[in-house]
Amino acid sequence: MNKILEVNDLHVSFSTYGGEVKAVRGVSFDLYQGETLAIVGESGCGKSVTANSIIQLIPKPAGKISNGQILFKDQDITHYTERQMRNIRGVDISMIFQDPMTALNPTLTIGDQLTEGVRQHENLSLKDAKEKAIEMLNLVGIPNPEERLQQYPHQFSGGMRQRIVIAIALICEPDLLIADEPTTALDVTIQAQILELFEKIQEKTNVAIILITHDFGVVAKIADRIAVMYAGKIIESGLKKEIFYNPKHPYTKGLLHSIPRLDQKNEKLIPIDGTPPDLFSPPVGCPFTARCPHAMVACEKVYPLRHEESQSHYVDCWLYDERVKHITKINIKPKEEYK
Amino acid sequence: MFKYIIKRFFMAILTIWIIATLTFILMMSIPGSPFNDVSDKTSNEAVQENLEAHFNLDQPPVIQYVYYLKSIATFDFGPSIKKPNDTVNELLGRGFPISFELGILSIIVALISGIALGVLAALKHNKIIDYMAMTIAVLGISIPNFVLATLLIQQLAVNLNILPVATWKSPAHMVLPTIALATGPMAIIARLTRSSMLEVLTQDYIKMARAKGLSPYKVIIKHALKNALMPVVTILGTLLAGVLTGTFVIEKIFAIPGMGQYFVQSINERDYPVIMGTTVFYSAFLILMLFLVDITYGILDPRIKIHDEKGD
Repeated sequence: MNKILEVNDLHVSFSTYGGEVKAVRGVSFDLYQGETLAIVGESGCGKSVTANSIIQLIPKPAGKISNGQILFKDQDITHYTERQMRNIRGVDISMIFQDPMTALNPTLTIGDQLTEGVRQHENLSLKDAKEKAIEMLNLVGIPNPEERLQQYPHQFSGGMRQRIVIAIALICEPDLLIADEPTTALDVTIQAQILELFEKIQEKTNVAIILITHDFGVVAKIADRIAVMYAGKIIESGLKKEIFYNPKHPYTKGLLHSIPRLDQKNEKLIPIDGTPPDLFSPPVGCPFTARCPHAMVACEKVYPLRHEESQSHYVDCWLYDERVKHITKINIKPKEEYK
Repeated sequence: MFKYIIKRFFMAILTIWIIATLTFILMMSIPGSPFNDVSDKTSNEAVQENLEAHFNLDQPPVIQYVYYLKSIATFDFGPSIKKPNDTVNELLGRGFPISFELGILSIIVALISGIALGVLAALKHNKIIDYMAMTIAVLGISIPNFVLATLLIQQLAVNLNILPVATWKSPAHMVLPTIALATGPMAIIARLTRSSMLEVLTQDYIKMARAKGLSPYKVIIKHALKNALMPVVTILGTLLAGVLTGTFVIEKIFAIPGMGQYFVQSINERDYPVIMGTTVFYSAFLILMLFLVDITYGILDPRIKIHDEKGD
């Protein structure tokens, strides 16, 4: 399989009036053709910033990639100029946004918004572009595409609009699709349809997908691999099976325990107490220390060494360090322990 | 669409009737008459009575009101009392095209420069260009146009002698009055465009347009500006009214033979037919302009549909 994307030690920070916010602090992952990587985490953990910085759509000049490297098909695109990025955006890397109600321009027809990208990048004639647009609308399952091209976004339902957004993202046949919470704003029934559409498209075009979400239900359905982000770092990463059946990091366990389950009666949801750390001055040690039921003195002082559970599964946590066994008393906080 | 226009037409007639009636009541309630000018040596009581009879001013107000409505309905406002050689329609025909030219020219200049300034300020948000544009805008709003007009004449016409001082003859004559009249509306448009552009630029569809790899020109003009212009269109109606009535002052300063002189004179001289004629004509014109503005909405934003409600 071809490696599409490689992100090495990515640091992204935003300068604000209050100081520098270190939103992403050393994220590394890679992605292969036809694969779906889900980046999971709660609000403000840096998952969207990671995605946006790949396509360089973080607000400038406030936000900048301060360190690290983004390799797209072995090309270093980290410091591409706007002009160079324009030839990548939409063509090689496409993006889908969270809210289809606001992602489409209300004053332009669907046809116009579908074709403008492909016309600019591939110099297609209006007629060819229109044919391609109809083909795409068929692919994403919009009936009567010829008529629909003349219509405006407000004449479509939310689910339909997200299908159109997906069609727009895919019309230039990109190699990488970044979907930033693509189903969050949709009804549950529509969510399932959209996820099935993603699967169908991936099967057909072999596009690699980065899925940004906080919804483990979505992850369970379409992800191949999962990266769990917390306070600007990937704290655990592995295959879907490994994360769901053998979560290692206390944070991942906490996340999985806070999802309602149908197969267990009267099970209380266990929330993770507290809030993520302030990214103006992120902690030097493990950022989860303050909320972690197993926190030790070392956790606060030094960022954990990576523990490799398997070839595809790693976790950044001191609990799995050899030396922990020799500590007689683990400082367990007086709080109900996670399983 | 056709039904909508018919509906608007009847609404317009109703509006004009209300304006006409109010004007009539106001005219009746202010003291004085066209013929009691003390400086006029020729006037004596017999002549005055004859004149009043001639213009139906000896009739009771109700009858005068009926005559008045009739004149509006037939678009024939009769001769001016004070300018016996001219009918009101002739005055309008002579003065209005010039006022209209000045007004429309100013609005066009204000729109183009205001939108350009606003977009520029929004794109260079919180940078020196933004601050400069907004300083210009604040100055434009706060300096009254007659002050600006005087300054312009003083500097550009008298001191530098590059443009004519007054009158309305060639394009060069039009420059100063147009600038003086356009600056206020331009400033308002610039500020509105800037704030609405700043809001639109944060929208998801702008990010989406950029994610498609479109050129900045396309993102700004095609995706952002069209949406950002909605508030500008909203105030365009009010601005038009302001500019068209604002021409009166500017016309006076630049000695432009437009409608303004007749309008102001007619009120001072109680020249009833001219007052009626200009008021009704200007109201009708503004109603037409507002209608055009409403149509423009529908063109800019497809969500606003100009259509017939069901069952009407």
